[in-house]
Amino acid sequence: MTVVETGSSERVIGKHLLRREDPALLTGEAKYVDDIWEQGALYMALLRSPLAHAKIVSVDVSEAKKMPGVIDVMSGRDLQGEWAAPMPCAWPVTQDMKNPPHYPLATDIVHYVGDAVAVVLASNKVSAVDALAAIDVNYEALPAVVDLEDAASDRILVHPSLGTNKSFVWKVEPDNDKVHEAFASAAHVVKNRYVQQRLIPSALEPRGVIAIPHPYGGEYTLFSSTQIPHILKIMLSMTVGISEAKLRVIAPAVGGAFGSKLNVYAEEVLALTLARKLGQPIRWTEERSENSLATIHGRGQLQDIELAADEQGKITAVRVNIIADMGGYLQLLTPGVPLLGGFLYHGLYDVPAYSFSCTGVFTNKTPTDAYRGAGRPEATYAIERSMDALAKKVGVDPAEIRRRNFIAPEKFPYSSAPGLIFDSGNYLPTLEMALEKVGYEELRKEQERRRSGNSRKHLGVGISSYVEMCGLAPSKVLGSLRYSAGGWESATVRILPTSKVQVVTGTSPHGQGHETSWSMIVADRLGISPDDIEVLHSDTAIAPYGLDTYGSRSLAVGGSAIYLATERVLDKAKLIAAHRLEVSVEDLQYKDGSFSVAGSPGKAFALSSVAFEAFTAHDLPEGIEPNLEATVSWDPPNFTFPFGTHVAVVEVDEETGATELLRYVSVDDVGNQINPMIVEGQIEGGIAQGVAQALYEEAIYDEFGNLLDTTFLEYLLPSAAEFPSFELASTVTPSPTNPLGVKGVGEAGCIASPPAVINAVVDALSVFGIDHIDMPASPQKVWTAIMSSQGSGRKVE
Amino acid sequence: MFPASFDYAKARSVADAVSILSSVEDAKLLAGGHSLLPLMKLRLASPSMLVDIGSLAELSYIEDKGDYVAIGSMTRHHDISWSRVLKSEIPLLPYVASQVGDPQVRHRGTIGGSISHGDGASDLPAAVLALDAKFVIVGPKGERIVPATEFFVGFLETVLSPDELLTEIRVPKFSGGWSFQKFNRRAQDWAIVGVAAVNDGGTRVSLVNMGPTPMRARAVEEALADGASIEAASLKASEGMDPPADLNASSQYRRHLAEVLVKRALTEAV
Amino acid sequence: MQITTVVNGKSFTKDVEPRTLLVHYVRDVLGLTGTNVGCDTSSCGACTILLNGESVKSCTVLAVQADGMELTTIEGMASDSALHPIQKAFHENHGLQCGYCTPGMIMATASFLKENPMPTEAEVREGLEGNLCRCTGYHNIVKSVLAAAEAMEGAVK
Repeated sequence: MTVVETGSSERVIGKHLLRREDPALLTGEAKYVDDIWEQGALYMALLRSPLAHAKIVSVDVSEAKKMPGVIDVMSGRDLQGEWAAPMPCAWPVTQDMKNPPHYPLATDIVHYVGDAVAVVLASNKVSAVDALAAIDVNYEALPAVVDLEDAASDRILVHPSLGTNKSFVWKVEPDNDKVHEAFASAAHVVKNRYVQQRLIPSALEPRGVIAIPHPYGGEYTLFSSTQIPHILKIMLSMTVGISEAKLRVIAPAVGGAFGSKLNVYAEEVLALTLARKLGQPIRWTEERSENSLATIHGRGQLQDIELAADEQGKITAVRVNIIADMGGYLQLLTPGVPLLGGFLYHGLYDVPAYSFSCTGVFTNKTPTDAYRGAGRPEATYAIERSMDALAKKVGVDPAEIRRRNFIAPEKFPYSSAPGLIFDSGNYLPTLEMALEKVGYEELRKEQERRRSGNSRKHLGVGISSYVEMCGLAPSKVLGSLRYSAGGWESATVRILPTSKVQVVTGTSPHGQGHETSWSMIVADRLGISPDDIEVLHSDTAIAPYGLDTYGSRSLAVGGSAIYLATERVLDKAKLIAAHRLEVSVEDLQYKDGSFSVAGSPGKAFALSSVAFEAFTAHDLPEGIEPNLEATVSWDPPNFTFPFGTHVAVVEVDEETGATELLRYVSVDDVGNQINPMIVEGQIEGGIAQGVAQALYEEAIYDEFGNLLDTTFLEYLLPSAAEFPSFELASTVTPSPTNPLGVKGVGEAGCIASPPAVINAVVDALSVFGIDHIDMPASPQKVWTAIMSSQGSGRKVE
Repeated sequence: MFPASFDYAKARSVADAVSILSSVEDAKLLAGGHSLLPLMKLRLASPSMLVDIGSLAELSYIEDKGDYVAIGSMTRHHDISWSRVLKSEIPLLPYVASQVGDPQVRHRGTIGGSISHGDGASDLPAAVLALDAKFVIVGPKGERIVPATEFFVGFLETVLSPDELLTEIRVPKFSGGWSFQKFNRRAQDWAIVGVAAVNDGGTRVSLVNMGPTPMRARAVEEALADGASIEAASLKASEGMDPPADLNASSQYRRHLAEVLVKRALTEAV
Repeated sequence: MQITTVVNGKSFTKDVEPRTLLVHYVRDVLGLTGTNVGCDTSSCGACTILLNGESVKSCTVLAVQADGMELTTIEGMASDSALHPIQKAFHENHGLQCGYCTPGMIMATASFLKENPMPTEAEVREGLEGNLCRCTGYHNIVKSVLAAAEAMEGAVK
């Protein structure tokens, strides 16, 4: 078990410390991209294709150019010479992965509704938008590929030059003979197809960018509503052809992201390119309906999953085939998303044989990419729905089937069949705690009472146990998966001459409260007040190295780097203190901001004095450099594996098909918790997003590739009125992977909740013989299922 | 996102508004703006001029007139939902008003705006239809009074001509049961189907989002008048209806919901 | 067209195009960028401000409609560098994460609590039906509003 060393007589780690980020956000003082004033900036607006698949016959911008306030209007062809490289896909998952060139503006063919074809620059926002209507584009419509199986059939090609719609086939097949044997000799086999509907991430702040050239200095500053300023800087330098050393990227306040701002977008490339071309600042802010079309979507998979099990329901093999929707192009991590789930379709169950295959296909739809959980919610949904199906087949309670299959605590570190090492885990207590907390037995009785009383409001209870891999990631492993970057994180801890502390992190928060949590890690180790610690981030000029925030990595990797940098600073301070106290380093103790000598109460030297000594450098020990600062780039040895069990209780109205979420209980184990208040906030938000996937949200396309729900009127982001309060609890199983013993929490909620809710809905509907409802379980879908199960809508008795 | 360019005039009186409407082609009235402005932002409507009647305080009132309550057309949903007079005399109406949109919408949206827009998916038009309200309309030729049953003509179409203005809604008092059933997926959304029922000796039932206009469920009303049970009458809920189909509901599902919700409404009201 | 508004207690007379939305007037003309825009369809409530003391979605009001009215934006809530009790309650109950919906949530709450000073949890949830948040799952927002109600009621007594 990891014990985090502290220099504080009262622990800071583990406190419900209120967030230092809040006051600026609560008062309107915080500046998001669109709030930043830039003198003389031109406003950019993009004309987007109304067709999913079409040849661009001609683009006539002449009328638009004459509009008042318009500075210039350019088509894709007009800008063809400007790019140094196509927009990047950083995850070529296989050697032969097909990746069509993708430029910020389409030149010959548009591949989805929303694909940009022309750009307007104007002196004000209104003129820029008004001019869009004056651009005359002549399209020749082509048939669109919308359905995933249709895409895989290659009946119509999205990119004819590739010869196929299949971008790649990627497999995890450690031992196929073993899988075949297990299925051949299985007592029970359950085989199901599940649909992961497309989701629109819908961060509440739409994207925005301001590109500012400094024509005489030859440098550029780019403000972007991004979660990856560091990666963006590298990628923009390569695609636009600007020296990386001349480009500064800043992510100011960012209004949520959930993976949707983990990308390199056409508008970022365009704004920077046009700023270079015109020598003027260029700004752009996305509108919501643009966000629905031109910001990546999440999920979008067809999942075929089979479990083989013995007589008792002990799983002997899992076999999975999925088709994953790439959309019209590959964005930054598009093909890698299904891989992140590809190792986890056996969930937290001890399964000896495993086979997974994923086919990534192009369609004429908005590109997909990482959305909160990225691959892991998909895997968890498939296995947790299958576990309920298996329980039914074996004839045991859904809780019991899970008990029979959990990886036993003594098996950790656990080598999984697909090849991961699960760091630590103790799964059963989360299940038992969740059942206890929800009052499982009593709910089952209530369910029975309703059923026997012919109630038309059916109670359903759904369980979902989950494990995920996060803390992305050991760089070597990423390399073996053909990811184009590493997974380390960088931190600098700097004790200033006046003993105030600056922490520089390579993570890039957008709501997670890193400033608060990171200050707590340092305060706890140094035994000083968190108020004396400033956390600097999200500006590549201030934090030159970093790999940003995604994949529940920031605390496990970035937080660990901070902890280690603090240790290193303290080691140096100790040398200076020992020198000044004229004792040996081994005799020094450190507590609450002061070095003292064991057994000599009078002999002490404050950290603040060390800081000033290090600054003046008048009397430093031999070989010690001035200043008190350390930088650590930490590469984790493994992923981390948070886990837990969630239980949803729903009521389904048989007459209308409406589902009401009555209660939601979660027991999560995210390892050690730095700030439990923030941990709970992350879980609550995640639960709500997962419940939204289960009951409300879906990007709906018609057969022509038109997205039908581009605004919040149709795309049903739920409000407070649609949720109960959540009931949270946790267990703590520290991770041995990192010095903080933490696991990560950003995605857990939305990984666990969709199957919990759907299992509950299906449980409620089991009286009708219904064994599945696809997400989102809309009232109409539920009602239709009841009707087709009966013909009459009345239940079978 | 913002509307296309237009001219703007602030009406100083009802007569002033009518006179501008009759002299400017394609001018539209602007009340609270919560039906019109969203359409204009999406550029689904681009009137040449907006005639703002928002500052006509004389159109915002709720007055007890003995056997009916007179409501000025610029009275906001919020004021209706909090009105003591309405809560005691016509409790259906404040309840329905409290179910429209969300608090912000109710602070701006007006009953006259909602009725004039004539949307079959709106709650208040269906409510005033079930309440047998009458509308006072002022135009260049003077004033006329039209019963709610004759007001709604087609999809977003009413008997109002472009130069007319709805000034007052007269809602008869009733004593008896009532119910409003609104089925939607999110609290802030429009009804997928809604039902307003008033039982006042006879029973009047109207439906939200079951056709191009707010609809009276005549078949249900007649069945009840003929002595049918609630169960039997509610099965006639979608008779004569041509419900729309959209992302939330097929026409068939809407027909089914209408039956369920009418049954619930009648059970509560009768 | 010239309009006069009193914004956070200060009077402004400005020229605006009739089509200027109130939110753009507040943000672009007055430079009060605390009010955010999250959607195009008056669904999300991020742009909620108080117009004559009542919550409205400023993306669905024309600036010209606000002529002669009083506006309160998020910038007008804290005074003398002390947070308003609602802001304080959001802070103390972790009622925000990315903060983008927060100004709108706070303004909606201010109006809601004026109308219903001692709400139940269910009433809070209904009262915030017009404000969307993607981060918090609303759990702590609801807690914050209940805490604010308690604090403000206490202040009244």
